[in-house]
Amino acid sequence: MLTIKNLHASIEGTPILRGINLEVKAGEVHAIMGPNGSGKSTLASVLAGREEYEVTEGEVIFQGKDLLEMAPEDRAREGVFLAFQYPVEIPGVSSTNFLRTALNQVREYRGQEPLDAVKFLSLMKEKMKLVEIDQKLLSRSLNEGFSGGEKKRNEIFQMAMLEPTLSILDETDSGLDIDALRIVSNGVNQLKSDKNATIVVTHYQRLLDYIVPDYVHVLYKGRIVKSGTKELALELEEKGYDWIKEEVDSAAV
Amino acid sequence: MSTLTTQDTFDVLLESAPQNFSALRTAGKELYQSAGLPVAKAEEYKFTAITKKLEKSISDFRAASPISISKNQIIESTFKGFDGYTLVFSNGKFLPELSSQIEGIEVSGLNESTGGVGTIAKAEKDAFAALNQATFNGGISIKVPKKVQVDKPILLLSFNQSNDGQVITPRFWIEVGDFAEVTFIDQSVGLVDSPYFINKVVEVKGGINSQINYYRLQHEGDQVIEVSNIETDVLADARFTSVNISLSGDMVRNNLSLNLLGSNCEGNMYGIYLLNGKTHVDNHTNVDHTIPHAESNELYKGIFDEQSRGVFNGKIFVRQDAQKTNAFQQNNNVLLSEDAIVNTKPQLEIWADDVKCSHGCTVGQLDEEALFYLQARGIDKTLAKGLLLYAFVGEVLEKIEDESFKNHVVGLIQNRLGSKF
Ligand SMILES: Nc1ncnc2c1ncn2[C@@H]1O[C@H](COP(=O)(O)OP(=O)(O)O)[C@@H](O)[C@H]1O
Ligand SMILES: [Mg+2]
Repeated sequence: MLTIKNLHASIEGTPILRGINLEVKAGEVHAIMGPNGSGKSTLASVLAGREEYEVTEGEVIFQGKDLLEMAPEDRAREGVFLAFQYPVEIPGVSSTNFLRTALNQVREYRGQEPLDAVKFLSLMKEKMKLVEIDQKLLSRSLNEGFSGGEKKRNEIFQMAMLEPTLSILDETDSGLDIDALRIVSNGVNQLKSDKNATIVVTHYQRLLDYIVPDYVHVLYKGRIVKSGTKELALELEEKGYDWIKEEVDSAAV
Repeated sequence: MSTLTTQDTFDVLLESAPQNFSALRTAGKELYQSAGLPVAKAEEYKFTAITKKLEKSISDFRAASPISISKNQIIESTFKGFDGYTLVFSNGKFLPELSSQIEGIEVSGLNESTGGVGTIAKAEKDAFAALNQATFNGGISIKVPKKVQVDKPILLLSFNQSNDGQVITPRFWIEVGDFAEVTFIDQSVGLVDSPYFINKVVEVKGGINSQINYYRLQHEGDQVIEVSNIETDVLADARFTSVNISLSGDMVRNNLSLNLLGSNCEGNMYGIYLLNGKTHVDNHTNVDHTIPHAESNELYKGIFDEQSRGVFNGKIFVRQDAQKTNAFQQNNNVLLSEDAIVNTKPQLEIWADDVKCSHGCTVGQLDEEALFYLQARGIDKTLAKGLLLYAFVGEVLEKIEDESFKNHVVGLIQNRLGSKF
């Protein structure tokens, strides 16, 4: 589904990603871990099409298409979804209006009829249950005045509405209490199928008790320096990142 | 000197002024001549080189004669869904035969029995107000008697046409009795796309506990030069709300002044400027808190594309006696192009010590983070920009209480945001 080959990206001339290789197949869950500042959000942003990052080398193929060639909106329409580490507050744009616009733009791209108000509302009701999100939140401006947990829940709610093929969750767990974490993970797990895939970006192992990954990768200094199964996450939990840093840094000298 | 040339040219206008109101006109002429047109960098017109603009663009400084207007033109120019009364003007002259009869309200051309003309919009404050007082052509008097609640909005529909770059000098006198309520929609229609100069004065004399809305839509051709002075007296327990929407023009200067004269009154000034091309719009507002326990609210939002230019100057004057004043002011601007410029300045003079006063001015770009967020959900970039900008001005649109006018303005703005931005 997704093939990343030798991906290099920089911001304002500073290289951040320095040769990422990753293969994600339908039905899989990949966890990307790593210490703060290692480039996890950069990778997620580059996949979603954020313009500040300049891709200097490498390629990304998503379902046979060159992802890097596409505008961010077209990537979303093709089925890429990024749950933001820091969801943006947008005053004056109602959550409902925003979602309906988004959904209908995606549907139009896929050659589907736009949803009318009634169908849209009933779909919304159904998906709201999934993440136990309150109707009241959705009648407000998008993310405005939401708590951290509410914002993260809203991200997963949007994901449920848009039914992406590839979901990238950037630190969706950080700042959540156990109850919220359970609800959010439960939502993600219910949306999982053998046709879609999930990349979970986190620097805590805790989330992976709830969303069980098939593969765990460690990102450090812009490269995937170690890959393994969920046991690797447990090992990181126990030993921290220092041993990996040491391994990489001493090899580099 | 170049300013003298213009003054000489306005002399033609002054000499051919109508004969009525002779004392008022003479006083206006003297004030105009002693003030002179704003020279380059004159403090009040620092960012708006109006004199230079007039010299360059206006070729014939005589009054534009009224042109004939057909019923069809009125129908075509009235926005969809409007349900109210229409008063029609041609180059500033009131046309009673084409206007609605409004029961219980006195409407007439301005004449000397009107009384009060020139007492609210004071000619000594501004050279253009003085020039208007000396040269106004026609004009209208609208009197809403005490306790009358006008059931529908009154559309002040001005048709402007001048092929030769002439001058149009409208003057409105509006008197609203105690406890009366009325909504005005002031809209001009340019019948030709050619340069002309509008020098307008609107005086609103509000009664005790009156409720007045004054909505204004500036959406004429991109060669129009306009200076307007709108001034109102707000008495005790009364509320006056101005909403000013500027969408086009060459150079536009709006002077809006609220005199809060009675306790527990409220003065509101709201505005949007959504500009492109080379349009220059300058909103100078002034609220004068003269008495205790009054409130003023001000919110102007600007969006500037291409080489457009905006000026906001918000003066809040709180006199020593005006204790317990609440005065709020906010001006936010978004620049969409590197060539667009905005100058924004709050001007607070507070002489009382027990007041609540807040103000804020911002100039920024479109929020790129927000834009990316919307795009990342599948929303087309142009549409996403439109959504964000529309949300930005939405707060002001909410202040328009008349639904049909609001819908009209929303339509114009969405159209502009969808296609142009
Ligand atoms: N907008 C930016 N401008 C400058 N540097 C940035 C920007 N975004 C990220 N970086 C830098 O790139 C590196 C990786 O950041 P990020 O991808 O956010 O890491 P992670 O998500 O793994 O914590 C950090 O050193 C960070 O300082
Ligand atoms: Mg991060």
